[in-house]
Amino acid sequence: MKRFLFLFIVLSTVWAIKLSSPAQAGDITVNLSDPIVKITAGFSGTDLLIFGVVPSDGDVVIVVRGPIREEIVRKKDKVMGVWVNRDKMVLENVPSLYMTASNRSVDEFMPDGIAYTHQIGAEYIRIKPHKDYAHVKDWERFRHALIRNKVKQNLYKQESAPLVFLGNRLFRTKLHFPSNVSVGTFGIETYLIRKGKIAAFETTLLNVRKFGIEADIYNFAHRHSLAYGLLAIIVAGLAGWMANAAFRKA
Amino acid sequence: MQIYLPIAEMSVNIFILLGLGGGVGFLSGLFGVGGGFLMTPLLFFIGIPSPVAVATEANQIVASSISGVLAHFRRDNVDVKMGFVLMIGGVLGSTFGVWLFTYLKSLGQIDLVIKLSYVVFLSIIGFLMLIESLRSISKKKRDVKSKAHHHNWMHGLPFKMRFRKSRLYISALLPIFVGFVVGVLAAIMGVGGGFVMVPAMIYLLGMPTSVVVGTSLLQIIFVTANVTILQAVNNQTVDVVLAMLLMIGGVIGAQFGARFGSRLQGEHLRGLLALIVLIVCAKLSYDLINVPADLYSLGRSENH
Repeated sequence: MKRFLFLFIVLSTVWAIKLSSPAQAGDITVNLSDPIVKITAGFSGTDLLIFGVVPSDGDVVIVVRGPIREEIVRKKDKVMGVWVNRDKMVLENVPSLYMTASNRSVDEFMPDGIAYTHQIGAEYIRIKPHKDYAHVKDWERFRHALIRNKVKQNLYKQESAPLVFLGNRLFRTKLHFPSNVSVGTFGIETYLIRKGKIAAFETTLLNVRKFGIEADIYNFAHRHSLAYGLLAIIVAGLAGWMANAAFRKA
Repeated sequence: MQIYLPIAEMSVNIFILLGLGGGVGFLSGLFGVGGGFLMTPLLFFIGIPSPVAVATEANQIVASSISGVLAHFRRDNVDVKMGFVLMIGGVLGSTFGVWLFTYLKSLGQIDLVIKLSYVVFLSIIGFLMLIESLRSISKKKRDVKSKAHHHNWMHGLPFKMRFRKSRLYISALLPIFVGFVVGVLAAIMGVGGGFVMVPAMIYLLGMPTSVVVGTSLLQIIFVTANVTILQAVNNQTVDVVLAMLLMIGGVIGAQFGARFGSRLQGEHLRGLLALIVLIVCAKLSYDLINVPADLYSLGRSENH
């Protein structure tokens, strides 16, 4: 059933594109199964379908990047028999999530220059130390540690997810967004690589947002934190009182 | 069935949370303890970030101590005046505790401090309880009556107050001090602090045992409420969804625990509780001493 639905969406998209935009023959068209990833009460991660059409033959690689932010990496050392956080490094330009998808292994068709310039592949993300930490000589080990930890949290993928061609020009791929994904605007870049050059390129945006009661609680807690704290106590008070009343009857 | 916790920002199986609440509630009903000192480490073990675990557990304890104090009020086992004086210290202590917590969090040391405090307190209390219960099992009561009031330096302190219910005439500074220490613990460890306060009230203040539990519960309500508000304001780490689920499990568990507890002997109960405390303590110490899987860890930057 899902398959048919998907096929229907793809075919109707393709059809719509053919009808509407004969002018942009050289572009990639990309569509998402949902432009918004909704974090609701039952959220436990989700799959996102990305599909589209490329204007000509070639290899396709899709890069998904979460919002950029600073991240602190700490290193533990043994102090009096106990492992304690000691050294610290603040890294900049860290996407909260990083995943790629491609029709075959990226190093089979991607020239290093392009991978470097466009930061394709987790190793090529231009993570750099904050200016206060720029003097630290071996900061690279913190960068490696950051990527390793992000991979462990399922937020970074070092291997590309499989991307399949349905026919010559139609492609689709499925990417998994784990439950610990952070909110924000995600960039989805699609590259068509042909003979070692970028033949076409397209950026699509994806929104990851909290929805419904989850969003309400989170926003309330952050925007009106005093009222939130008071309400939490009132709820607890009522719960305690009710428990006592129920217990007395029993 | 998974549920997404809005503040902890992770998805957890709802039955694990209900089960944890029920299990710890059962033990707290069984042993007559608050259970915070068991629940908070268990929340660490299932992966709840420790700042969220500590703050949320304070919120849950508000519920369980209100339910407890109502029962004690009915039996007239609460020294309200003493509770009030303890509360002054408790509110000061917990305010200081939350400030310390926020500061340590910015240094990246809060995890360590929380876990070390647990290891220290759980091991002391676990061993004391174990020794105590083993001794009473083997000797079956050796009537030791210590003198309730022997005069020492504490009776020379100023600001004396009369606590009629506790039949005491002592300096208000003493309960304020006890309340302060317990308040700091409550803020940093996410506990009510009954396990420290009850012995302190009996041995340090010399209160009659009949009013100790009810009075300590009264003070715990205010201290944990203060911690909840301050954590919510300073750190936004109180997860009401998590707290609610733990409350539901806790209420049900406590009922069964209390009923089951009446069939067991006091010394055996205490011995059992001591063992549980020591197991949790051993697991926490192991995690601190054992070489971590990765020496590096990530922390969200808040303009460091």
